[in-house]
Amino acid sequence: MGVYWAIAVRSFRRFSTYRIATASGAFTNTVFGFILCGIYLTLWHERPGLGGYDVADALTFVWLQQGLLMPIGIFGATTTVELGERVRSGEIAVDLYRPTRLLLWWLSVDLGRAMFQLLVRGGAPLLVGALVFDLKFPSGLLAWLTVVTGIVLAIFVSFGIRYLVALSGFWITDTRGMEQLALVLSCFFSGMILPLVVFPGWIGEFARATPWAATMQVPIDIWLGRNPGGTGSALMFQLGWIVVLLLGAQLVTTVATRKVVIQGG
Amino acid sequence: MVERVLRAPGQYWMLIVMWIRSSMAYPLSFVLMLVSSMLTTVLDFVAVVLMFSHISSFGGFSLPEMALLYATASMTLGLADLCTGSVERVGQRIRTGTFDGYLIRPVPALLQAAADGFALRRVGRPLQALIVMGFAFRWLDVDWTVARGIMLVVSVIAGSVIFGSIFVLGAAFQFVSVDSAELANSLTYGGQTLAQYPLAVFGKEIVRAVTFVVPIAFVNYYPVLFVLGKPAPLGLPSWIGLLSPLVAVVMVALASLAWRSGLRRYRSTGS
Repeated sequence: MGVYWAIAVRSFRRFSTYRIATASGAFTNTVFGFILCGIYLTLWHERPGLGGYDVADALTFVWLQQGLLMPIGIFGATTTVELGERVRSGEIAVDLYRPTRLLLWWLSVDLGRAMFQLLVRGGAPLLVGALVFDLKFPSGLLAWLTVVTGIVLAIFVSFGIRYLVALSGFWITDTRGMEQLALVLSCFFSGMILPLVVFPGWIGEFARATPWAATMQVPIDIWLGRNPGGTGSALMFQLGWIVVLLLGAQLVTTVATRKVVIQGG
Repeated sequence: MVERVLRAPGQYWMLIVMWIRSSMAYPLSFVLMLVSSMLTTVLDFVAVVLMFSHISSFGGFSLPEMALLYATASMTLGLADLCTGSVERVGQRIRTGTFDGYLIRPVPALLQAAADGFALRRVGRPLQALIVMGFAFRWLDVDWTVARGIMLVVSVIAGSVIFGSIFVLGAAFQFVSVDSAELANSLTYGGQTLAQYPLAVFGKEIVRAVTFVVPIAFVNYYPVLFVLGKPAPLGLPSWIGLLSPLVAVVMVALASLAWRSGLRRYRSTGS
């Protein structure tokens, strides 16, 4: 266990060295936050209570979304892109020599990255948003604990999806097409382009059942206390997808490892 | 000087043909990326349509009118990104020291940076914008005159040039602050997101800022207002959209000035 902790800590430190890049990224998130607030204010002015959100909910959604975007890795994340690159180039064979489990190794790397970005890129836009607009915050220790749990689970779900995409490289030679497709699905079904509560009819029900919903819409709804079935069922929904995705990931890892042995790296 | 400018299009063309050939080495992968790059932007517009399942007008714009705003915003950024988007990689090249290679070749560094890794799959966005524009024209009830048509085409070109200049300005800033590639995104991609919506909904301050500071309102908003016969905000004259080519020229001058002073500042990392 100690080794995975050490990996996560080093990954955290690695990302903390890119200070200017992080700052300019947080600035961009903040600018987008203001743009989206303008759009949502108009939308909710036109239709108050749209999707069960009031105006404060909608504005809080914007700033949480901009803050969670990078930590959760909605556009994909460096760590999993690197994994895909290693699969493509064959360097993955070196990783498989190590006396550690591939899945846990990369999970630790990704968690270290996510924690750093959560603190910096999550915190800065939220702070600015809270200074300008009247945002909603969880009240009480228990509420904060569930929010933190929801966000950590969201990172696990997102990691599961990205890990599977990266490992698809064992079967298809060029994963860039796959990465692009994953990006499209992730942006649309996570609530990144438009909150999923606004999606009408069957498309809304479908979107809210996908694993991508568990990466952004669900943790934000936990924060807002707006989950239709309560916070408990929201966390169970995330856990369910984590079990499915991580079991799938372990299975794919085992099969892929055999494939590498057969091909001799 | 004049000779250098005249040679530039040919040199740029040569560079991008080289990159297109290399991307065509894996045709299937290319097609997949083109399709998914189109799909990414299609879903952007689907979100607007989904919004209109709850509302009938957004800031005084109907869905067809929003479609025209969306299409022109997406088209101009798409064309600018296609032709000049690669310049944002300049910071990476400065850090790794590979920028030096640009300076010893007989082609202007800006052209090489703009063509660096030219990705033909980026035509996905303009293609998608063209389709949305087709729908907008079918649904819209506009009295089309030749003058209006020409004006729209000219303003799309001018808008692309304005976005292209912003890309170059962002790249020039990376000579000062190497790691700041994402900073320019707030103006380019942020600007496109802003330009997809009637700017007046963002309030007077924002309209002033995107008119007089970073002229994103001239990319498509003012020209589209003119085509649709809607009044301009802030009491500006309704023909203000006709000024967008002029704004584009000013932006190009600013961008080239910034790029040159950036180049003068450049010190190789020596690595």
